[in-house]
Amino acid sequence: MIVAERKPFDEIKTALAGCRKVFILGCDTCVSVCMAGGKKEVGLLASQLRMSFKKDGKDIQIDEDTVERQCNREYMELVLSRLQDYDLVVSMACGAGVQLLADLSEPLQILPGVNTRFIGMTPQDGTWEERCRACGNCILGETGGICPVTVCAKGILNGPCGGTDHGKCEVDKDKDCAWTLIYHRLEKMGKLDNIRKDFPPRNHLVQCHPAKQVHEVYKGE
Amino acid sequence: MAVSFKDVLRSGEFVVTAEVGPPKGTDISEMKSHISLLKDKVHALNMTDNQSSVMRLSSLVGCHIIKEMGGVPILQMTGRDRNRLALQSDLLSASVLGIDTVLCLTGDHITLGDHKEAKPVHDLESLQILKAVRVLASGVDLGGNPLKGTPQFCAGAVVTPEADPIEPQLMKFEKKVWAGAEFFQTQAVFDLETFKRFMAYAEKFDVKILAGIVLLTSARMATYMNQHVAGIYVPDNLVSEMASAPKGGALQKGIEIAGRMIRKIKEEGIAHGVHIMAIGKETVVPDILQAAGL
Repeated sequence: MIVAERKPFDEIKTALAGCRKVFILGCDTCVSVCMAGGKKEVGLLASQLRMSFKKDGKDIQIDEDTVERQCNREYMELVLSRLQDYDLVVSMACGAGVQLLADLSEPLQILPGVNTRFIGMTPQDGTWEERCRACGNCILGETGGICPVTVCAKGILNGPCGGTDHGKCEVDKDKDCAWTLIYHRLEKMGKLDNIRKDFPPRNHLVQCHPAKQVHEVYKGE
Repeated sequence: MAVSFKDVLRSGEFVVTAEVGPPKGTDISEMKSHISLLKDKVHALNMTDNQSSVMRLSSLVGCHIIKEMGGVPILQMTGRDRNRLALQSDLLSASVLGIDTVLCLTGDHITLGDHKEAKPVHDLESLQILKAVRVLASGVDLGGNPLKGTPQFCAGAVVTPEADPIEPQLMKFEKKVWAGAEFFQTQAVFDLETFKRFMAYAEKFDVKILAGIVLLTSARMATYMNQHVAGIYVPDNLVSEMASAPKGGALQKGIEIAGRMIRKIKEEGIAHGVHIMAIGKETVVPDILQAAGL
């Protein structure tokens, strides 16, 4: 899933200066799971802003709602008509959701309420780890299900660098060395020979930005 | 001593290389004085490439100056700051300047240096740079396009003989050998028994191994490296020996230890040579060589 973290309160509040009516729009998919921009976080931010503006003696109307998925047109169409009278909409979705909102509600002013960080998973409650760089050429089958492109700070494909130290990474002693993890995993799988394979330089063409994908069935429409 | 490094490797002589770092800035006087001091005392001089991810004068220009001054340069090239176009372009440029030896490195991570917010490139890693050197030598670039004039290099790589765990490190070492590495300059070694175990394995391959010798300048430096530098382990007895040096005599003690290790490596035929890294203390390299009886 996409992992995001909420922007600092002061940054959001400062950006709302001059507004009379603000709408905070949450997204109940990824950013909800990582506790950054779901229904709960939208409610919390809205309350914080109301209290803070009230304290400042400012009369700013803050309304809120959360849609199932801001990156999906059909869910967004359910809410668009309600946004027209607002000076600004704070989108609590990932960068993709923010952009679909901006496209569909043009020329409404938009403010991202979160910083989108990575594609990750949840090893334990409240913790998210980056595990995929969306590189477009998955080699997890060769590396024991541990991604060197993501987990190795240098994205090395052919074994550990000299910065590995007792299974930790030179960048941060709290981070595991991807290639030590891969080595131990492949050893258990009886697939150590995979490390001996020659992995050529990555093909960045498959990741050329902005990437686009059209399903076979929809081609030619 | 301006014999090509490839010839030195072939000669069977005990090979000695040292390291020179380019300046941060355009004042090259100190770098030139180090080159001048060392160029005839060692077989070749490595020029570091934004070492420790700290921005400096380029290794390519540094190597050109070594060459101009009559020394034998080893061009260090990391994949941290340049993509495959820039790396290949620099290799062509090096060849045109008569620089014919290259050490292929992945490079320290950018967050360890002085431009922590910069974009780390890592388009090619050490092994892939080695292979790029060989591809260029075959007359085409990495895109398969023919070259007009082909660069030929003596290519080297690095290995960490005291890495823990060692197995994945050795697997990568083998891949570098297959990719065409002709020599290895190792991470600093202090425990010669561990190093001998590595050499027992490495000797099976037709490559020259130069043991990395880092000059200890204080007991505190040794302890710091043990705690903070990956792959370097200074044994307790050497830390104590450094600590036992009289006040103001730590550098002399470090020179003595480095000299003693080099002498032992040479006399016992433990490795094919040594690579001396006197980080910031290049002026004492001749003293180390003298202590080693070289």
